[in-house]
Amino acid sequence: MPVARTADGTPQWRRTTPRQDLLRWFGWLLLVALAVFCWNVMTKDTIWAFVWDAPNQAADIGSRMVPPRWSYMNEMWRPLWDTLSIATLGTLLAIVIAVPIAFLAARNTTPSVTLVRPVALLIIVSSRSINALIWALVLVTILGPGVFAGIIAIALRSVGFVGKLLYEAIEEIDHRQVEAIQATGASSAQVMNYGIVPQILPAFAGISVFRWDINIRESAVVGLVGAGGIGLNLEASLNTLAWSQVSLILLVILATVLVSEWVSAKVRHAII
Amino acid sequence: MMTDIVASGKIYPDTWRRPPFIASPLWRWAIYGGAILYLVLAVNSVDVNWARVAEGMARAGRLLSGFLQPNFVTRWSDIALGMQESLTMTVTATVVGILISVPIGVGAARNMAPSPVYLACRGIIALSRALHEVIVAILFVAMVGFGPLAGFLTLSFATIGFLAKLLAEDIEDIDAGQAEAVRATGASWLQLINYGVQPQVMPRLIGLSLYRLDINFRESAVVGIVGAGGIGATLNTALDRYEYDSAAAILILIIVIVMLCEYGSSVIRQRIQ
Repeated sequence: MPVARTADGTPQWRRTTPRQDLLRWFGWLLLVALAVFCWNVMTKDTIWAFVWDAPNQAADIGSRMVPPRWSYMNEMWRPLWDTLSIATLGTLLAIVIAVPIAFLAARNTTPSVTLVRPVALLIIVSSRSINALIWALVLVTILGPGVFAGIIAIALRSVGFVGKLLYEAIEEIDHRQVEAIQATGASSAQVMNYGIVPQILPAFAGISVFRWDINIRESAVVGLVGAGGIGLNLEASLNTLAWSQVSLILLVILATVLVSEWVSAKVRHAII
Repeated sequence: MMTDIVASGKIYPDTWRRPPFIASPLWRWAIYGGAILYLVLAVNSVDVNWARVAEGMARAGRLLSGFLQPNFVTRWSDIALGMQESLTMTVTATVVGILISVPIGVGAARNMAPSPVYLACRGIIALSRALHEVIVAILFVAMVGFGPLAGFLTLSFATIGFLAKLLAEDIEDIDAGQAEAVRATGASWLQLINYGVQPQVMPRLIGLSLYRLDINFRESAVVGIVGAGGIGATLNTALDRYEYDSAAAILILIIVIVMLCEYGSSVIRQRIQ
């Protein structure tokens, strides 16, 4: 037990030894030094006059944002529908692609641990590392602007998410149930259908709804790069500095996100 | 057994059917029917310009060949600058985000804070979580101008919603006995946090911080698209110029750095926990 001595020599408990203290301080010092160094590199081209002017700018933008231009709502229904379509169809497409990949990536169902599993894991990692907005950026140049590029972008990003969580769920199943089905002489498809699928179905439904909820947020912004949905209106309003429309769009996005979060919480609660 | 059944004259089913996913038949058909109706409507509302898609396939081919032969050289100075901005804004935003999240996280824990503080902190968290990073970035770019400072502010703001929420949940889940014991010695509120709470949540706080560092790097690649600095701006420019080999090089760099971050943080987290 680390002990310090007071001036009159009575021992006193302390949490760390002096050596640990020193190491900790050194660690914190390194962290602070790194942060300060990064800060200096990052801000070397910053024009501080703009930054100090930020409160004025914020007040100016704020005053232009209120009141929101409610009449613009008439033009919002179609983009809102598109945003929902992008999120829902994108999630469905992702599920269709992710389920087989998850079965190939899970250690207990993959046909080959040395050959197939690494490929499936690589697909999952690559899909996860690239944000939906970057996928959208790439896909808009390939497929042209529109809802279709948004759906594919959302799907490509979600494959990694759904695939990763699903293959982890598959690896955690109770093996005895699988063995019990095998013992009845079931074929491998029957083992899959009656031994594995019922065990992962609740996790699968939860993951899908969770990703759909995230995708609603994402699909609201993929339009910024031309991939359809509310983001397109946001981009157009920003370019024309129509801040009263921007605030209305932000309110619509906020409401959509809250509703989708409520729906997903309800559904997950009903399943689990 | 068999004779019993025969004797009693009852007919028992000799096959088994899996119970349906949704028990009530009314709800089941309503939900399935509604889902199919929605799908048909949604798919029909997506108009795909197949001629444009066919035209784009050549570009897709060029992008794919770019992945096989990425060009790091031609735009190297742009790529290096973008990466430098992304990495520095990731580090600073994570550090500042954590510094702000810790007090907010403590304030948002029901067992540590009085009700008004709790509500205020939960409000901040909800606001930060509701707004997508890119939208926050747009607002910050409008306020402080283009460049990585706007990205830094965005990522710091986004870090608060993530870290403070999870930290608050963790503090609410601590072993109350330990906190009680510290409180029983007559400790002040700060001493309670320092000796009763902090040792219990520290491993998880470090784990979450590393995870957030990871997420912040990924997001730093995105905020550049709306002008908040970082590698996203470089990628946007490369795609605008149809330089698919440079774009592929940037995408490969992003994937590699994200994988390194993820691997590094998982190693550190395993050693801590």
